Amino acid sequence: MVKANSIPRVWRERTIKYRLIGGKCKKCGKSFYPFRRICPRCGSEEIEEVHLPREGKLLYYTVIRAPPSDFEEYAPYVVGIVELKDGTRVLAQITDVVEDQLEEGVDVEAVFRKYREQGKEGIIEYGIKFRPKT
Amino acid sequence: MKTSRQVGIVGYGAYVPIYRIKNQEIARVWGKSTWPIKEKSVPGLDEDSLTMAYEASYNAVKRAQIPPEEIEAVYVGSESPPYAVKPSATVIAEALGITPRLIAIDMEFACRAGTTALQSVIGLVGSGMIKYGLAVGTDTAQGRPGDALEFTAAAGAAAFIVGKGEEALAEIEATYSYVTDTPDFWRREGQKYPRHGGRFTGDPAYFKHIVEAARGLMSEAGLAPQDFDYVVFHQPNLKFPLRVAKRLGFSKEQVSAGLLSGIIGNTYAAASMIGLAAVLDKAKPGERILVVSFGSGAGSDAISLVTTELLEQKRSLAPLVESYINRRIYVDYATYAKFRGKIMR
Amino acid sequence: MRKVYVAGIGATKIREHWEVSLRELLVKAAQKAIEDSNIEKKKIQAAFIGNMSSGVLQGQEHLGSLFATWMGIPGIAASKVEAACASGGAAFHSAYLAVASGMYDCVIALGVEKMSDALTGDVTAALIMADDQDYVAFTGASFVGLNALVYRAYMKKYGAKQEDIALFAVHDHKYAVNNELAQFRREFSLEDVLKSPLIADPIRLLECAPTGDGAAAVVLCSEEYLKEANNEVKIEVAASTLATDILSLHDRDDLTTLQATVRAAEKAYKMAKISPSDVDVLEVHDAFTILGVIHLEDLGFAKKGEGWKLVKEGEIELGGKIPTNLMGGLKARGHPVGATGIYQIYDAVTQLKGEAGKNQVDDAEVALAQNVGGVGGTVSINIFRRVR
Repeated sequence: MVKANSIPRVWRERTIKYRLIGGKCKKCGKSFYPFRRICPRCGSEEIEEVHLPREGKLLYYTVIRAPPSDFEEYAPYVVGIVELKDGTRVLAQITDVVEDQLEEGVDVEAVFRKYREQGKEGIIEYGIKFRPKT
Repeated sequence: MKTSRQVGIVGYGAYVPIYRIKNQEIARVWGKSTWPIKEKSVPGLDEDSLTMAYEASYNAVKRAQIPPEEIEAVYVGSESPPYAVKPSATVIAEALGITPRLIAIDMEFACRAGTTALQSVIGLVGSGMIKYGLAVGTDTAQGRPGDALEFTAAAGAAAFIVGKGEEALAEIEATYSYVTDTPDFWRREGQKYPRHGGRFTGDPAYFKHIVEAARGLMSEAGLAPQDFDYVVFHQPNLKFPLRVAKRLGFSKEQVSAGLLSGIIGNTYAAASMIGLAAVLDKAKPGERILVVSFGSGAGSDAISLVTTELLEQKRSLAPLVESYINRRIYVDYATYAKFRGKIMR
Repeated sequence: MRKVYVAGIGATKIREHWEVSLRELLVKAAQKAIEDSNIEKKKIQAAFIGNMSSGVLQGQEHLGSLFATWMGIPGIAASKVEAACASGGAAFHSAYLAVASGMYDCVIALGVEKMSDALTGDVTAALIMADDQDYVAFTGASFVGLNALVYRAYMKKYGAKQEDIALFAVHDHKYAVNNELAQFRREFSLEDVLKSPLIADPIRLLECAPTGDGAAAVVLCSEEYLKEANNEVKIEVAASTLATDILSLHDRDDLTTLQATVRAAEKAYKMAKISPSDVDVLEVHDAFTILGVIHLEDLGFAKKGEGWKLVKEGEIELGGKIPTNLMGGLKARGHPVGATGIYQIYDAVTQLKGEAGKNQVDDAEVALAQNVGGVGGTVSINIFRRVR
C-alpha cells in the first residue's frame, strides 16, 4: 500500500485547502493556486496572499475511472481545471454532476467537500471542489 | 426563558444535498406497497454532516454581512458527526476563517441538537458574553436497510447567526425547553444504525414533548396559536407535524410553509431549522414564527421569533431553501447504497 | 567538453518479470551492455541509475550501492537519478556529463523499474507522485487523468479527432511485432483502440503505455577508451540536454505544448549542429497517444495542431519523412517508467548500428530520443550520430 499522506501534512495546508488561498505576483501580475512564496512563472519573490474568487468556469475535465488506491471508493469522479473569475487556474474535483452530462465551459462555484479518508480509522481530508453553478 | 437583552437572527442559511431517492424506489427493493413520503435527500460520496454544516454556515455568513472573525462561538448540533471523537466545529470554523479566538463545540441530542445549539448561542449573545454566535443543525441520517426509518432518514443542514436585536432579521422573543428520560430512539456506541421503539416514538415521545414545549412557551410569553403567522415542528415524516399542529390548535396553513419532509425527508437535527429557514425565505416583516424541535431521548425546544424590516434585504444574499430543493439528481437504490456506505468494500 | 561515445547497449525484455528481482534486472541489463561494449567490467568507474519508484513500489532505495554490489564492482561512484518518467534520460544526461567533463572515462547509465509486484491502484498512486503530492495528488487526479486534460485541451484548440490521435497506438503496435524486447508484440486495429475501456475520459486503455518490468543499460566512454573497445560502428553522443517546465498543468498557460521539450530540443539541435530534417530515426515519449502527437510538433517535425497528420499520412512509418518509434515506442515496447529513457536510447542506437532487423531505417545516421517526466515537467533529449 502506497502511503503518501500523513497527519501533519494535511494539517499544515488546511487553510490553503479550505479557503482557496492563492498568491498574486506583484511583478508579472499573475495569480496562482496554491499559495507559494515565489512566482512559478517569473521567479519574483514579491507575492501577495490573496483569497481567490469562488466562481469560475470549467475549462477541461476528465472522469477518473482507474483511481489511485486511496481514491478507489470514490470512482468514478471528475477532475478538471477551473478558470476562476480573476483568471487563476485551479485543479479540483468537480462534484454534484452526472459524469456523462457535464460540459466544458460550464459556470462553476466552490464548495467544501471531503477529498479522502486516510483509511477507515484515519483522519478525513477536506478541501475545495467545484460544482456547476445553479 | 428570555435573554436579558434583545437578540435575534442576523443571518441564516440552509443546505440540502443534490441527490434524491424516491420512496417508491426504496419500497421496490423491500417489497413494500406504501410509503410515508415522496422522496428524500441523499448526501453524495464526498459529503458528511460537517461539509453540509459548512455550506449552510457559509450562506448564513453571507446574509449576516459581517466579517467572519467577529463570530465568537460555533455550536454544531448533529447525531451523525464524521468523527466519534474530534469536533466538526473546529473544521467548520477554520474553513470559514473564524479561528482561533472562539468558543467551539459539537453537541448531540438526536434531532434536537441544532435548536439546542441555537438556544445556547442565544444565551451567549443575550448575556453580552459574545458579539455574534453561529449555531448549526446538521445530519446525514442513517436508516437501517429495510427499516421504516430508511424511507425518511435524509440529509441537510441549517445555520443561524445570532447577534444584537437591532441588527436582527428576526428577533428572538422567547424560548422554552422540555426534556425527560424517554428512550424512544437511540444508537449505541459503535453501532452504525439507530434503533427505535416503533409506536412508542409517537405519543409518549414526539407528541408529548412538542405539545409541552409549545404550550410552555405560549403560556410564559402570553401567546396563543392564532398569534403566530407560521409554525414549524420537527418533521420525521408528513403525518406527525400535521397531527401535532392540530392537537395544539394550529391550522394547516400555519404549518405548510415550513413543512418540507415530504420532499427532502427527515433531516434530523436540521429538520426544524431548515423549516425555519424556508419560512424566513417567505415571511414578511413583523410576522411571528414558532419553531418546536424534537429530539429522541427526549426533549423539545420551542422558540418564538418575530421578523423585522431587515429580512427582505438579507434574503437574496444567499440561496433560498427552495433553490436547493429544486436542484435534484435522482439515484437508484444501488447508487444510494453506494453513497451511504451500505455496500461492504 | 570532450566527445562522448556509446560503447555498448543492453536491455532485458519488458514484461511482468515475476521471477526476477529489481537488482537482478539491473545486473542482466548491465552485463549485456558491457558485453556489447567489449570493455572490461572493471574499467567502469561510475554508474547512474535512472529509476522513479523503487522506494514506493519495491521498498528499495540506495540503488547505487545495491547495483555496485550485485554487479561485483563495489567501489565505483554510483547513485540513483530520479526525474519521474524521465529518470532514464536524466541518468544518461548525468553519465554523459561525467565523461564529457573528463572526470570519468568509462561509465554506465542504467534505467530500471519493477512495477508488476504492486497492485494497479498502488502503481497509479505511485505515478501521480510525478506531480505535486500536496495539491495535485490530493485532488484524486491520476496521471492518466492529467494527460486526459491535455488531450481535451488539444482537441478543443485544434479541432483534432480522437480517431486520428489514437492512430499513434496502432502505429507502435505494428512495429513492436518485430522487436524481441517489446512487451506487446501484437497488432491492434484503430477500432480495437477506440473500443477499449475508458481509463480517464477521453483516454482509453489501448491509448496508454502499459506498466511492466525492465532494465536497460548504456556504456559510455571517451574516445580513448573506445579504441580499446574496437567497436565496428562508432556512435557519438551528439547532444544531451535536459529541461524543465512548470510542474503542474493548471499553472501553465498552454496545455497543448510541452515547453520543456521545446527548450531541450532547441539546445540539443544547436549542440548537435543539426535541424529536425537531419534526424533519421526518432524515439518519442508516447506514454499516451496524445503525447506522441504533441511531441512531433514540439520537436519541430510538424506545425502545432498538425502532428496527428504526420501519423495519419504515414510519415512516421518506416520509409516516411520521420520514422518514429520503430521499435514499438512506449505503447508497445513498454514503459517501465524509470527505465524508459534508456530503452529509447537502446532502440535509437540499435537503428544506428543497423541492427533493427525488419524495422531498420536504411543508412540511419542521426537518431533523437526524447524522454518525458511527469506531464512535461522534465524533458530529456539525447541525439546520437553514427560516425563514419
